[in-house]
Amino acid sequence: MRIMATELVKQARMRQRGRWVAVTAILAVLAAALCCAMLLLGNTIYPVRDVVAVLLGEEVKGATFAVRTIRLPRMLAGLFAGFAFGVSGYVFQTMLRNPLANPNVIGITAGSSAAAVFCIIVLGAGKAATSTAAVIAGLLTVLVIYGLARGRSFSIGRMILVGIGIQAMCNSAITYLLLIAQEHSLPAAVRWLTGSLNGIRMEELAVLLVSCLVLTPVIVLLGRPLQLLELGEQTAVSLGVRTDRTRVALVVSAVVLSAVATAVTGPIAAVAFLAGPIAVRLAGTARANVIPAGLVGAALVLAADLAGQFAFPWKFPVGILTGIIGAPYLLYLIVRMNRKGEL
Amino acid sequence: MTSHEFRAERLIAGYGNRMILDGISLQIPSNKISVIIGANGSGKSTLLKALTRIIKPVSGEIWLDGKPLRAYPSKRLARIMGLLPQSPVVPEGITVADLVGRGRFPHQPLFGTWTKKDYEAVAEALEIMDIADLAHRHVDELSGGQRQRVWIAMVLAQQTDMLFLDEPTTFLDITYQIEILDLLTDLNRRYGKTIVMVMHDINLSVRYADYLFAMREGRLVAEGKPSEVVTSELIKDVFGLDCVVVPDPVSLAPSVVPMGRYHNGAEPVMETYMHAGTGAGR
Repeated sequence: MRIMATELVKQARMRQRGRWVAVTAILAVLAAALCCAMLLLGNTIYPVRDVVAVLLGEEVKGATFAVRTIRLPRMLAGLFAGFAFGVSGYVFQTMLRNPLANPNVIGITAGSSAAAVFCIIVLGAGKAATSTAAVIAGLLTVLVIYGLARGRSFSIGRMILVGIGIQAMCNSAITYLLLIAQEHSLPAAVRWLTGSLNGIRMEELAVLLVSCLVLTPVIVLLGRPLQLLELGEQTAVSLGVRTDRTRVALVVSAVVLSAVATAVTGPIAAVAFLAGPIAVRLAGTARANVIPAGLVGAALVLAADLAGQFAFPWKFPVGILTGIIGAPYLLYLIVRMNRKGEL
Repeated sequence: MTSHEFRAERLIAGYGNRMILDGISLQIPSNKISVIIGANGSGKSTLLKALTRIIKPVSGEIWLDGKPLRAYPSKRLARIMGLLPQSPVVPEGITVADLVGRGRFPHQPLFGTWTKKDYEAVAEALEIMDIADLAHRHVDELSGGQRQRVWIAMVLAQQTDMLFLDEPTTFLDITYQIEILDLLTDLNRRYGKTIVMVMHDINLSVRYADYLFAMREGRLVAEGKPSEVVTSELIKDVFGLDCVVVPDPVSLAPSVVPMGRYHNGAEPVMETYMHAGTGAGR
């Protein structure tokens, strides 16, 4: 009898794990395919041989400029920013046990955006300065929100509510800045606010790449504790998770990822918010879905950017398309949570 | 059957500046079922949380086998005592086997695959709770009673000698309440697990407890075997309720029959019933 039950448990677990591994592999292939498409497609479609040659460092007339200076940075920005948004959204949603929780709601994005718009419109600052300011402001906003939400004991609900309040303040600041803006700086600011992969240069990507490569393993290592935080604070503590430390490590990693990605591409709407639930729905709950969520995020950004570039008679920045996908999902979530009495 | 010496010394604890526990000292009898009773706001849940390190006491000390609780590494402690909180959160889309498997965390390294022991512990927990056939199912589609079994199985997979449960039967129908309490009694009688729970229903507490702790305003007002401590005076003191204590015809444990303004035992039952009838028409 015991042996039968053990077999049953093994089967259940193997099935779940098999599904997780298969889904993750498929997502990785999909993201890779989209990366290739980003390199191959453009105003001129160069032969695969030429693109590969350029990537290997050879000079091919015409193709070198298009691929190395335009398409490669654009692809890498989409890949890594999408990955970062996906991972950080998943971490917040899982840790705070709320599908509405994501870096936007917590106000990071609003803080970064307000700082970036201030730099562009008031200071007329360049891209590097704007990005730095966006990262710093994003991190500061989180600190302020965390400080205000701490109170006597940390409360998730309070953090989300304070975040919404701060977000409203930042948004009104942004609106004011846009109103007083000189006409020539307005397009840059608006493009930043929409989230776009246009005109990103290789040297802007370094910080984002390093952050992803360093912080993703940290979050993956904290996957199991994260899965227990998902069961509620009390269960996590009684199962031996050092909840305070774990939460700080996760929040810091997720916030940095999200802030750094926002600094490069601007806030790409809804990716952080969509990636986690899609990944969980596809891969199940056998393991923490850090990598799947990152891959879904990357695939969403790359696919949306390809569609924005080539699917319509006009070019759209990537943030517009992800926003269009995200809005109905948000409404669906709110309706469902409302029905379940969770709002 | 492993015994543990678990005691608390002059515990003061609460939330923020509001202290709820007012210097509680107690010893949990090893390998027995203890039940903490008290009115709403008496501090019984807070006591359970302090004993299971969910909240840190402001002063006082908890001792486990001669060592302060706070001196234990957190995973090690999680292999000795487990907790089922009052309303644990079910992640969306999680399966029974997966949720119960999460109870294995304190036995696993941070990274790495499951060992034979992990599978066996989960299987055993599912069997004890009689839910092995639900292993593949999603937790969100189970009934309240089944779900509670899943949660207890998760704490069992943790393989601890001591189990703390915060109102394990609230929100359940009476049938499920008895079922769950019977299962917990099995755990105690068969495996010698020390069980400590907070309960609302005074009569079920008395029936299932080997030992009772009665609380009022953050203090312990009585403790001991139910047959020795449950009297109408104690109930008046703890709950502020007038009652008659009679032997429960099924278990012979003391049973509390509450009195109210309409049912106070002063008038014959029939007359009271008729008064109540006219009262309703007013």
